Amino acid sequence: MSEEPSIDLRGPPEYGDRAFAKLTAGAAGLVLLILGLIAITMTRRALPVFGEMGPRFFTSTRWSPPDSIFGALPFIWGTAFTAAIAVLIAVPISLGVALFMTQVASPSLARPLVYLMDLLAGVPSVVFGLWGVLVLSQLVHLGRSFLTAGIILAIMIIPIITSLSREVIATTPVGDKEGALAMGTTRWEMITETVLPHSAGGLVGAVMLGLGRAMGETIAAALVIGSALGQITLRALAPGNSMPAVIANEWGEAQDLHKSALIALAVTLFAITILVNLVATGIVQRSMKRGQGT
Amino acid sequence: MSAANFTTEIVVPPDLTAKRSWRSVKSAMMTGLMIASVLIVALPLVAVVWAIFSRGLGVAFHGFPAFFVDEIPVIARRPGPGMGPAIVGTLLATGAATLISVPLGVAGAVYLHEYGVTNRFARVVRFMSNVMTGVPSIVMGLFIYVTWTLRFGYSAFGGALALACLMLPVVIGATEQMLRLVPNHLREASYAVGTSKSRTILSVVLPAAMPGIISGSLLAVARAAGETAPLLFATGAATEYNPNLFVEANTALSLQIFGNATSSFVAAQDRAWGAALTLVLLTFVITLVARFVTARFARRR
Repeated sequence: MSEEPSIDLRGPPEYGDRAFAKLTAGAAGLVLLILGLIAITMTRRALPVFGEMGPRFFTSTRWSPPDSIFGALPFIWGTAFTAAIAVLIAVPISLGVALFMTQVASPSLARPLVYLMDLLAGVPSVVFGLWGVLVLSQLVHLGRSFLTAGIILAIMIIPIITSLSREVIATTPVGDKEGALAMGTTRWEMITETVLPHSAGGLVGAVMLGLGRAMGETIAAALVIGSALGQITLRALAPGNSMPAVIANEWGEAQDLHKSALIALAVTLFAITILVNLVATGIVQRSMKRGQGT
Repeated sequence: MSAANFTTEIVVPPDLTAKRSWRSVKSAMMTGLMIASVLIVALPLVAVVWAIFSRGLGVAFHGFPAFFVDEIPVIARRPGPGMGPAIVGTLLATGAATLISVPLGVAGAVYLHEYGVTNRFARVVRFMSNVMTGVPSIVMGLFIYVTWTLRFGYSAFGGALALACLMLPVVIGATEQMLRLVPNHLREASYAVGTSKSRTILSVVLPAAMPGIISGSLLAVARAAGETAPLLFATGAATEYNPNLFVEANTALSLQIFGNATSSFVAAQDRAWGAALTLVLLTFVITLVARFVTARFARRR
């Protein structure tokens, strides 16, 4: 705003204008280009291990780099299991906070809570990991396990689920809520009768986005999950492993085919998270649009 | 059905004839649960901040400024400072990532909001940009390893590329939101005096949205500064100062925390806490600047 440009009434020549439009379109297209390149270049690097293992890459439970055997199933399981624990912990808490901020707290009380959430979201993942491995896992009898990883992941996805839920909940028409209250409902009845049914779709989307984040979160999980091979178990206190954690922990020593196998894990992770995010983003956007329409 | 008399339709009416007292108690209990969840959320934040300060302060400020300027000990169990090269590495990678991603992200958002608006390409890009914010950071790191590091070797710049990929959709999203806030009459006034569209965007729309774009970008920068996974594959490892962005392996605060966190040596763990404190202070300063810029923006409006 400092310098006032002298406005040229004739305007720059037409081609400059079109070039600028093309330039910005190119920048926007970069998003699609990067996503496409990720899929292509990484799949190509992963081909050797897919060639070696075939579909057994996804079904075998044995992961033994010295023998060139790479079965990713335990890590796929670990990713799903820790993400599920994280979501189970994070969803009720996030929903509680989001409802508190939108339905109970006054704006002057809600604002510091937004700051609190921003702070929580701003703590780097590796710092949570450090705290998880040196404090949390030793404080309680958690050790390094699926559960410890799930707890840390839950802390990390609470801010995003909360802020999305808040946005979705805010689209509930005021008339609906006032109508319910005018009938003599209590605040909780008003919430279950108007707010929750109205936001259900968007809330599902928000939870799925949180799930996607939990599956891809690497460093914190790598530090606290315990790095045990081949554990497919429902025991939450058992040490385990997940796809991103394996990649981060084994990359340093990996050679040739092992590296290719780790890249194949990343491709798998990419495919799963893209799928979850596609569906979730679609759901959230649709429910937001509907909220604005009425 | 007690709702039968009402013209407004409530799908499943609660039993309003039930005793009011029990229903109020239930509502109060649920409100209590909501307050409890707020307290539960505050708990880990307080615990983490407490741990960082109680364990990191002594390490980071012992013999100030040794921790912030000395090189990293090559032998992990040796006690003492420092994290100087890691601070430089973090600033280099994050700074370069910002220089790459912010102009591109702003340009992309300009296309989405000023040119494409609702055409199919813009809609697809907007949607995929949202999806891209959910791509795991470790995937971005390996992507840059495959496309860049394998050819050009480890460097802070490789890490910067991976961070830029992560920041791009965030900057696009934040900028588009800010462009939406620029009132249309500004654009129309500019067109009315014969200004071209590109000129209008560059000298009217973007300046008006600038503070919001800056604060949105700074938040993305703060997040990027704390990222570890993207650097893991592209930056390599170093213990000495490497001020050159493009050649030779480098290091970063986040990489040092990751490496030292699982060390069994207390000296290494101490350095991890010191590095964590440094990193958190760094991101805190960036976030604070972002808030300050936003506040000034809000006042001016």
